[in-house]
Amino acid sequence: MNIHEYQAKTLLGKFGVAVPRGVVAYTVKEAEDAAKDLGGPVWVVKSQIHAGGRGAGRFKGDEAGKGGVRVVKSVDEVRENADEMLGAVLVTKQTGPQGKEVKRLYIEEGCDIARELYLSLLVDRATSRITLMASTEGGMEIEEVAAETPEKIITVDIDPASGFMPYHGRQIAFALGLEGKQVGSAVKFLSAMYKAFTSLDASMVEVNPMVVTGAGEIIALDGKMNFDDNALYRHPDVADLRDEDEEDPAELEASKHELNYIKLDGNIGCMVNGAGLAMATMDIIKLRGGDPANFLDVGGGATKERVAKAFKIILSDANVEGILVNIFGGIMRCDVIAEGVVAAAREVSLQVPLVVRLEGTNVDLGKKILAESGLPILSADDLGDAAEKIVKAVKEAS
Amino acid sequence: MSILVDRNTRIIFQGITGKTATRMAERAIAGGTNVVGGVRPGRGGTRHLNVPVFDTVAQAAEATAPDATAVFVPPQHAADAMIEAIEAEIPLIVCVTERIPVLDMVRVKAKLAGSKSRLIGPNSYGIITPGECRIGVMPDRPHSPGKIGIASRSATLAYAAVDQTTRLELGQSTSVGIGGDPVHGIGFAECLELFLADEMTAGIVLIGELGGSDEEEAAALLKAEKPKKPVVAYIAGVHAPAGRRMGHSGTIDFFGDRSAAGKIEALRDAGATVVDSPTLIGHAMRQALWRL
Repeated sequence: MNIHEYQAKTLLGKFGVAVPRGVVAYTVKEAEDAAKDLGGPVWVVKSQIHAGGRGAGRFKGDEAGKGGVRVVKSVDEVRENADEMLGAVLVTKQTGPQGKEVKRLYIEEGCDIARELYLSLLVDRATSRITLMASTEGGMEIEEVAAETPEKIITVDIDPASGFMPYHGRQIAFALGLEGKQVGSAVKFLSAMYKAFTSLDASMVEVNPMVVTGAGEIIALDGKMNFDDNALYRHPDVADLRDEDEEDPAELEASKHELNYIKLDGNIGCMVNGAGLAMATMDIIKLRGGDPANFLDVGGGATKERVAKAFKIILSDANVEGILVNIFGGIMRCDVIAEGVVAAAREVSLQVPLVVRLEGTNVDLGKKILAESGLPILSADDLGDAAEKIVKAVKEAS
Repeated sequence: MSILVDRNTRIIFQGITGKTATRMAERAIAGGTNVVGGVRPGRGGTRHLNVPVFDTVAQAAEATAPDATAVFVPPQHAADAMIEAIEAEIPLIVCVTERIPVLDMVRVKAKLAGSKSRLIGPNSYGIITPGECRIGVMPDRPHSPGKIGIASRSATLAYAAVDQTTRLELGQSTSVGIGGDPVHGIGFAECLELFLADEMTAGIVLIGELGGSDEEEAAALLKAEKPKKPVVAYIAGVHAPAGRRMGHSGTIDFFGDRSAAGKIEALRDAGATVVDSPTLIGHAMRQALWRL
């Protein structure tokens, strides 16, 4: 789960990470009041959306204008910019061309930047440990740094038994070229970041940039936190920070029914049991010249109702011109799948081609239910055959 | 022969009175698996499925001398159950539980280092040596005793490989689900080592997917060992979008988290046959065995 920058900074601040003072604003009036309270002389007006690249992003209809993060020098300017930004659609490298509507702003005190650095924490799958990652290239995306100048990335693994030790922080601080009392501040900063990560079951904490101010202070200028969905049950306060406006409506609906659905750009909807098989199904559709519209894993114990729901979620995507149902395995009962598919296809009066490949428990009964439904369902023997049939059917239909 | 489990393996079930555990233990017993006991805190001294139930793993270990434990415990309690099994020095721990918090698994992994236990999973279908021993949630039907060793991150894709090798009358020596979680127990490299050393295993199937570095580690081992036994691999997720978690894996293509394309390249470079569809695994294996 993702949260907004201002929420991340509030959480990090609670654990002792140094963050600038700021106030969230949903309206122009709130932005103006916030600016007055903060006092100036410099303010930053920051769009709050769940996507990076906000500063370099541009608003729809004002492509030649200013970005999604603006530094201003008066309360009047805060008001004017807030008025321009609230309700406008911000397009960044990460939002895709459709952009995201800005519904919240973060009004923050400005600060005097001497250096911009990069810091993050995540679980490194190769070592099975939490890893601290730092770079002197603050403000740049870490993926770019990793691709172009990997030698500028410093990593330190943390043994979970002993946890974060001050020397881990010193190692990073010296490698980043910090000096004097900056070293101690950095150790405190990193220790607090680690504590926030482990206490809240984060999956990623990224501070990019962490800045050294002209006065030598160390502050998180930006902050991003992602959380482990599997651990949210022990952090109801974090779960409450979820902003459903930032999520794809179909994905949100799917998650409420314990369906693992991810919307993609293609036109062939897929319903599969098992994450591995779902990925393989997408790959084979591509291999046969088609384009998957989604990833959807109905899970091992799907009921007729859940299958029907999954079917409707797939069809809620207007780009879908055909559907491939691929079920294989022993846990899943094919007759249950077939009943769900037939019920849903009837209910939505299905208009697009449907290919179904069933294999597993009660497969003959499942095939019989499909055949006797009177619906135009194409049956397939294996995954390759199924992908070929749906790609062909979609091409013929269009 | 087989790897890790056979007809002599003595098994306990942690969480044995649960619905799924009961069903899977029943199925195991019916197929001849040697289930010797179970653990369910608060039910010690009773019997379930005609085997004794204990309050703690240590008590079960002392009374039944198990070789393996099947962890069928909800995600909130799974790390607790695995660490209890590690401290009771159970040699093989198989955890099928899905949705365990990743930081819990970081602790379990740290506890495993230097211990007497080996972990399979979590988020795994388990391990099966057909006709001898099954610990997990896999279906019995397509499995048949034979000579192909299978290690897979995905359950459904493993079942597909099992089905194909059964149809081609190759059968399986052992099939191991290393699990779909980012932090997990044994990986492909360790499975590969075990299968290479197993006389019964004539060929090895690896079914991976994007994310993590298990496939790269297996490729490095293959490159160093240059085994005569053929290795056929399939890697899912070539066309998965970047940055999204697809039920199993993280998909950030840097820093210990590699792309499917990179894995395919590494395995091919190490001499494995990598097929581009899971439907081709069985045939590719049969051809590779003919070429020997």
